[in-house]
Amino acid sequence: MTPLRWRKLVSGFMLTMTGVCALVAVSVLFFILGYLVYHGGKFISWSFFTQLPKPVGEPGGGMSNAIVGSAKLLFIASLIGVPVGFFGAIYLAEFSGSKSAFVVRYAADLLNGVPSIVIGIFAYALVVLPFKHFSTLAGGFALGIMMVPITLRSTEEFLLAVPNSLREGAMALGASKWKTIATVIVPAAYRGILTAVLLAFARVAGETAPLLFTALGNRYWSPGWNQPTASLPVAIFTYATGPYEDWHRQAWAAGLVLLGLILVINIVARAVLARGIAVPRS
Amino acid sequence: MHASVRPAVSLNITPTSTASTGREAAAALPMRMNVSKVNFFYSAKQVLFDISLGIAASKVTALIGPSGCGKSTLLRTFNRMHETVRNARLEGEILLDGQSIFGQDVTQLRRRVGMVFQRPNPFPKSIFDNVAYGLRINGSKLPIAEAVEKSLRHSALWDEVKDHLHKSAYELSGGQQQRLCIARALAVEPEVLLLDEPCSALDPISTAKIEELLVQLKDLCTIIIVTHNMQQAARVSDFTAFLLIGQLIEFSTTPHLFTTPSDPRTEAYITGRFG
Repeated sequence: MTPLRWRKLVSGFMLTMTGVCALVAVSVLFFILGYLVYHGGKFISWSFFTQLPKPVGEPGGGMSNAIVGSAKLLFIASLIGVPVGFFGAIYLAEFSGSKSAFVVRYAADLLNGVPSIVIGIFAYALVVLPFKHFSTLAGGFALGIMMVPITLRSTEEFLLAVPNSLREGAMALGASKWKTIATVIVPAAYRGILTAVLLAFARVAGETAPLLFTALGNRYWSPGWNQPTASLPVAIFTYATGPYEDWHRQAWAAGLVLLGLILVINIVARAVLARGIAVPRS
Repeated sequence: MHASVRPAVSLNITPTSTASTGREAAAALPMRMNVSKVNFFYSAKQVLFDISLGIAASKVTALIGPSGCGKSTLLRTFNRMHETVRNARLEGEILLDGQSIFGQDVTQLRRRVGMVFQRPNPFPKSIFDNVAYGLRINGSKLPIAEAVEKSLRHSALWDEVKDHLHKSAYELSGGQQQRLCIARALAVEPEVLLLDEPCSALDPISTAKIEELLVQLKDLCTIIIVTHNMQQAARVSDFTAFLLIGQLIEFSTTPHLFTTPSDPRTEAYITGRFG
């Protein structure tokens, strides 16, 4: 075989390989989506969104409490995760020296790698035990802790990507450091920051482990913030591992709803992002 | 803050020039800024050595010299932009209207001493909001729309942008963006305008427009321009300072410096023997 033929053969083989792998990556997503729609789609009805779960054996019923529960949990989580991550990132990108930045970055990366069940234990010890209650607050706290490193690291990246010439331009006009950040840097990076927040949001929306012994679960409505609450991921877990055929169907439907909600939030956010002026890449 | 050593008495330094004609011409004019015995360091490395010169009011002063001679560094000390760099240290004194620039609030100083950078750096905002930015952050009482129009007229951009003030600043060409940055700096009515190689990223036609503009702006404010383009310095400036490896070699009126330089190094540079 001539060297040229051999090179062409290798080249063709590698091209096929990379193409197949890219296809696999994409098809997994579509497979999951299709599977969820196939199994869950037919069980989604209006009552799924409006009714409480029915006792075992009775047909019908919904997961309204889990949907609302998830929303409340994510609200608390965002209340903790977004400000801490956002302002932490501003400190990292705009103020810190290289040594302290290294420490914070490293700690955030480690925190990001902590198994979510461990974060659940942490929230259990810190919130559940003192309050003597499984609660929305404890579950939201656990999810919020998980949002911090994701929001922080990606927001920092987007802030650092803002060209230094914009910082100089604002400061040369007499803007203080804080004014520069608030009126030029953050507006220039807001698309990226919003994407980062959404990513963190979507990531924790599906978390089950940290909720198991913080929010616990509930077959009924959970009034206020200091009661155990149902949530979509825990409901999916409970129903999917349950022994009843009807529960399995509900679990599929819940999975589809969870994915659908995240998708809707993403689309809305993208629409918001499309407005405003982006800094061109130079 | 930086550990600058300042003389207790404010000195009124006239331009140090080895050329008597330049010195006399300059000394007769009212001074806007006085730089005296400025030494500048990045960490332990000294980049400016004992620089003293006066900046005449309502004139264009050019700082020229080969790359790395410290002309941009010198310019950035005039509005204390050097303080944004870690480990930068300045010794000496710089006066604006007879008062030390180090004794006043830095944001206030930068309002009085505006700056235009090497590359156009409009903010990711509309054309209007770019020009209005300085007025808004300074809480200006002036009617903003009028001030914006005035600044855009001064920077010869008004006719080109008046019908789409609310479009993104990034839709303008490079030359227009740079004139927008000049308008943005002019909006707060600075006494001094610093320009750091403002045309180095522009084509010849845009460059010509900006040069023409600078000559007109003299009536509005004092202009200090850094350029590596000697023809540009000769075309737009009244005074020229030639720097080499952090030292002020020669400072005099522009015609004098370019026709009868008194230092052999100046002559070598302007005749193109190095640089």
